Amino acid sequence: MEKIYSRPRSLRENPTHYCPGCGHGIAHKLVAQVVDELDIREKVIAIAPVGCAVIAYDYWDFDCSEAAHGRALAVATAIKRLRPENVVFTYQGDGDLAAIGTNETIHAANRGENLTVIFINNAVYGMTGGQMAPTTLLGQKTATTPRGRVAQEGLPLKISELLAGLGGVKYVERVSMHAPAEVLKAKRALTQAFQNQIDGVGFSLVEILSPCPTYWGKSPQKSAEWIRDVMIKEFPLGRIK
Amino acid sequence: MSARGNGHAKILMTGNEAIAEGAIRAGCRFYAGYPITPQNELTAYMARHMPQEGRVFIQAESELAAVNMVFGASATGVRAMTSSSSPGISLKQEGISYLAGCRLPAVIVNIMRGGPGLGNIAPSQADYFQATKGGGHGDYHSIVLAPASVEEAYRTMFDAFDLADTYRTPVMVLGDGMLGQMMEPLILEKGPVRQHAKTWALTGCRGRKPNIVRSLFLKEGVLEALNLQLQKKYKAIQQKEQRWEELLVEDASVILVAYGGMARIVKEAVRGLRAGHKKIGFIRPISLWPFPVKAFRRPGKKSVKYLVVEMSYGQMVEDVRLAVECRAPVEFFGRSGGGIPTEEEILKKLHTMS
Amino acid sequence: MTERIIIAGSGGQGVMLLGKVLAESAMREARHVTWLPSYGAEVRGGTANCMVVISDEEIGSPFVQYADSMIVLNDESLRRFGGRLKSRGLLVLNSSLAQSAPPAKIKNLESRPFSAIALELGTVKVANIVALGCFVAAGGIVGKGSVEGVIKGKAGEVSTDIITLNLKALSKGFGLAGGSRAKGGR
Repeated sequence: MEKIYSRPRSLRENPTHYCPGCGHGIAHKLVAQVVDELDIREKVIAIAPVGCAVIAYDYWDFDCSEAAHGRALAVATAIKRLRPENVVFTYQGDGDLAAIGTNETIHAANRGENLTVIFINNAVYGMTGGQMAPTTLLGQKTATTPRGRVAQEGLPLKISELLAGLGGVKYVERVSMHAPAEVLKAKRALTQAFQNQIDGVGFSLVEILSPCPTYWGKSPQKSAEWIRDVMIKEFPLGRIK
Repeated sequence: MSARGNGHAKILMTGNEAIAEGAIRAGCRFYAGYPITPQNELTAYMARHMPQEGRVFIQAESELAAVNMVFGASATGVRAMTSSSSPGISLKQEGISYLAGCRLPAVIVNIMRGGPGLGNIAPSQADYFQATKGGGHGDYHSIVLAPASVEEAYRTMFDAFDLADTYRTPVMVLGDGMLGQMMEPLILEKGPVRQHAKTWALTGCRGRKPNIVRSLFLKEGVLEALNLQLQKKYKAIQQKEQRWEELLVEDASVILVAYGGMARIVKEAVRGLRAGHKKIGFIRPISLWPFPVKAFRRPGKKSVKYLVVEMSYGQMVEDVRLAVECRAPVEFFGRSGGGIPTEEEILKKLHTMS
Repeated sequence: MTERIIIAGSGGQGVMLLGKVLAESAMREARHVTWLPSYGAEVRGGTANCMVVISDEEIGSPFVQYADSMIVLNDESLRRFGGRLKSRGLLVLNSSLAQSAPPAKIKNLESRPFSAIALELGTVKVANIVALGCFVAAGGIVGKGSVEGVIKGKAGEVSTDIITLNLKALSKGFGLAGGSRAKGGR
């Protein structure tokens, strides 16, 4: 009998702390699968964010560092410059990458650092209790936009489109977790983003629309539908650059 | 001047350049910085010379980014450094706390200027509290070294990187605008560079278990246990790494205490007073943390007074008082915000004490 | 002996370089020396200044509140720093640009047209070195040979022509000093 599926080598056996229906678990597994398939586990250095994925290093089985909130790309920049032979990636949420860390994000991108960036956009701050994220949709209720986000609180920040305009950025794609077919596309995008680094292409970012049933106040099923019906209208899927 | 000397002849260098050259010769492999006066010559020197040596120089987008780049660099096991001046050092405190929490070695240079706020670019020693008491959040200390001359600033860099690696801790080199800007002759002698095994470094997990650099420990009791280890390390540093210079303290009735650039002026005053047969001594703390309490604890020494002089309104004086433990009067004179205490002012203050 | 010197002029007159050459000359004589520039935003505007302390002993402050001697290359600097010269101090003044009367208390004055002389030599740029030559002769704080050694030592950085010109400027300035306190230097 042929074994057709198993836990990726790059994923530890620890059960995750993520809520039911959360996208992080799938995204972690995709990263681990891609790392295995590219046979780079022993070369990878990952930078975990501050946010729900703060202990991603408990799940991945390769070298990892934490970073202060928003600073992952500063940390990654130094590591990659010193160790170009390694494969360095950051895994960051919307608050980390597009609010507190916007400066680090834009400048690492603008320098064209040869890095892979995995950007989880779930339109809300999960770890701290469901507050507004820079990517929260207009009208979306959060702990800090109890009446729904209004324009004065900021429009949903399209950081991927913004980054795509920078010369140093070589690849940007937005994918989603809301259906199996989309997850497979996400994996292809991640593979591309890692392969780019291996080939020395330059700054590559994959934005993943990811469900947060807990702070969206929806079931996992409804959350998937909300991405499909609402979120991708604001954040269209596909290759941005 | 860009001449880097041959290691034998005297050359003239600014303090900022000497610190940069000292760092390069001490094996600094990574530097990130952001321009701020009065330390810009240091960053510019690194920009000129680090790439030539096959090392990494990055002008970061902010002090925050710079210190976090140093965090990443240090995590890979190389000697890494950043520099700034007071307002920029405030921004770096986040990163310094993370370095301490993750047990990562790094060297941070603060060429102090006037504060609070944007202050001015005049020399100052008003960041003593910030440097020695932690600076960022959490129960930690950085080792703090305060050179007083260009030549000493150069030599200090060897010590700073070695202490950082030995104790896996951030080390701050604390100077002031005057030290950074002034030129003095020095010989660029190669200092000792010890290699430290860094089995914890992030290099890719080939042939070993993955390494993780982290300061987050949510499980009950884990952080406390690690913090106790940290405290044990700090005790060891306090025992072993106190550094100071002293002059004519044995028979002194008054001992003047100052550090860094201020100590130069005080020492000159002390020499003048001794020439006039006044029994005045001098202590210059070189390690500000650990504070050299041993210099102030001399059994059998009676009826001595201390006068602490700072380019601040009284910061190190608190550590002198703690070290003296009420066994002797401790007086203070200081100015900050642009004024440097003069020899005349010091003598005037001394006069009120007798 | 400790000599505290202020050197001041306008930006572009080579004030910092003058100070560095003087400091390096003292270093060549194995003496203690410090050089401290004015720095930051203030140097972008009009005046530039640096402070040089030369001593046979370890130097305390590199900052000069009251100067034993002063080299002043323009009028604004004379007004700004003139009052900080000690009563018996030496003032070497560029009369080409400093028209104000120096403070009356100054007895030891070498007021010469350094800029005009530099122009005669081919470029106003060497006015600083002409002034240095005059200072060396009048002040006797460092030897002329030491300064020449410093200038010749720049052979790797600048052309032979520039070195020749600066040596000429130094000698020209050296010959200008009249009522000096120690003509001929050390």
